[in-house]
Amino acid sequence: METMRKERIDRGVRVRASGLYAISSWREMLYLMGPPLALIIGVILLPVILELAPYWKRVINIMCVYALLALSFDFLANYVGLVCLGGAFFVGVGGYLSAIFNVYLHFPVYLSIPLATICGAFICTFLLMPCLPLRGVYFAIVTLMYPLLATRVIEALDILGGTNGITGLDSLPNEYVEHYAIILMTLFFLYAMRRFVNQDVGLVIRGVKDNDQAVKASGISVTKMKAFAVCIAAFMGCFGGAYMSHMYMWSGLSMFALDFSIIPMASVVIGGGGTLLGAIIGSFILVPLSEVLRNFGTFRIVIYCALLTGFIVFKSEGIMVYAMRKYHQFERWVKV
Amino acid sequence: MDEIVKEEIEGNVEIIIYGIINSIILSLMALGFTLVYSIARVPNFAHGALYITTGYITWILLNKLTGFPYPLAIAIAICVTAVIGALIYRFILIRVRGMEISEIIATYAIGLAILEGLRWGGLRGGTFTLPPFISGSVQLFGVSVDYQRLLIVGIGIVTFACLYLFTHFNRVGLALRGIAQDERAAMMLGIDSDMTAIVSLAIGSGLAGFAAILLLPLGNIIVEVGYNVLIFAIAVCVIGGLGSWGGTILASFIIGFAQILTEAFLSTHYQMVVALFAIIITLLIKPSGIFGKQKELEERV
Repeated sequence: METMRKERIDRGVRVRASGLYAISSWREMLYLMGPPLALIIGVILLPVILELAPYWKRVINIMCVYALLALSFDFLANYVGLVCLGGAFFVGVGGYLSAIFNVYLHFPVYLSIPLATICGAFICTFLLMPCLPLRGVYFAIVTLMYPLLATRVIEALDILGGTNGITGLDSLPNEYVEHYAIILMTLFFLYAMRRFVNQDVGLVIRGVKDNDQAVKASGISVTKMKAFAVCIAAFMGCFGGAYMSHMYMWSGLSMFALDFSIIPMASVVIGGGGTLLGAIIGSFILVPLSEVLRNFGTFRIVIYCALLTGFIVFKSEGIMVYAMRKYHQFERWVKV
Repeated sequence: MDEIVKEEIEGNVEIIIYGIINSIILSLMALGFTLVYSIARVPNFAHGALYITTGYITWILLNKLTGFPYPLAIAIAICVTAVIGALIYRFILIRVRGMEISEIIATYAIGLAILEGLRWGGLRGGTFTLPPFISGSVQLFGVSVDYQRLLIVGIGIVTFACLYLFTHFNRVGLALRGIAQDERAAMMLGIDSDMTAIVSLAIGSGLAGFAAILLLPLGNIIVEVGYNVLIFAIAVCVIGGLGSWGGTILASFIIGFAQILTEAFLSTHYQMVVALFAIIITLLIKPSGIFGKQKELEERV
């Protein structure tokens, strides 16, 4: 009996499009530019397309917030090697800071969101600083505790509105500003991060994940690099939180809820870890799915977790890597 | 004057007695987690879920089937939990073993799925309670302690002793320790690594269930308890050093007393805060925990 083997070969157009010849014909250019353009234009047009379904227009915003969180999780887990189970902490800090700036200090929206984002990133980095020498399981455990700790502290001290939260935040000026603020930020962060991880600094940060002793031996402080990476991740998370608190005009304890940690994680695993784009695609699939399943209550989380476990065990590469392979290569069976 | 002194002494005795009880409770919660981590090197984030599952199975057996004997219900529930633990390893964790990120995410997801599934299935409110083994209370040095808590202390100590004997004077137990100390050497001597991991997960889950049976009669069976147990188990293990037995017991005494002290002088709200702060401080000062046996700290942690 003859055995067969699956062979994967790059498509001709991919080979042609990889060099300068890419600009020789429209076909190659379309091959290269098509998918990213489709994504960008598609996302930008979403609010217009969904004009008829006002409920789903709100979902776009939430979708993008989760996409940002997923991006930050993917960056931390797959480029820096820090599995951060506490994405909700970033959201909560951003949301509460924005609420403080807006309600207590009466800053306008366009000032409170950026301020909350920047201050939040630094505060999160500062608070996570003690855990940065840790790796793997330890870091995951400790970050899991942070949102819980924040919730308990706020509850116990009864500060910042206690269990009721802070109400009466200004909303964003109008609906389209609300949509495009988050959509453009998401796209910006996506492409900024994709560039960033291939810069010099990005390479060092990836080195921290793969071989931190080599980084240390090169005279670079591993902890400093990690702090830098956490700061970037927290920046994205805090922006999401600050934006969301203005969208709901409310900031409360549910900003530290489990959803903000688990859905981004699931998105990354489903979308494909380490691709950054996969994180976004994953959350664009999962968040609408969660809206559809809203009637099921907490059963949604069960479905996510089942999906998550299934993907991690059986299809750990994720949708994005799979799709890229299909796009760039063709497969055929050959005799061994 | 004498009254105040007497009250103070009573207060102190109460703190000591309840501190000991609380410490034993914490170490019971953490025991299964430590065992699994020390042997299979898997952080079992589904620990809290397994804890609640056992309580729930017992409750169902007791309340849905009339006249079901309590001891039999307990035995069945613990066995079922142990089997669930073994199955989790056999069908899911075995495929992602060694990939830390995947291990964490997979166990965490399983735990969440179980807990949220139970919540969805109607496990909320105060209707779910297990009866105490022996009701009533006794005066101990002028402090009233109920029998269930005394029983917990007694059974807890017996459990530690049994576990010590099991891991030191039993073929299976020795195999478990062998894998925990040096996996490769143990495998060369013919110990099946996956089999030991399955056994350790079964025992760890069983211990979680055992703790649940002992501790749940003190309160309600609610989902939040599952999360709290997980957090306390992790807190104790991290402070004592992941995978270290002596450390676990010592750390549970530290946290146990710290909690009782905060309860006495501050308020119950701070109980969890104390545990979490203890973790952060420990990680700052000595990342491998009090008795952490991790060699090459820089590399592992």
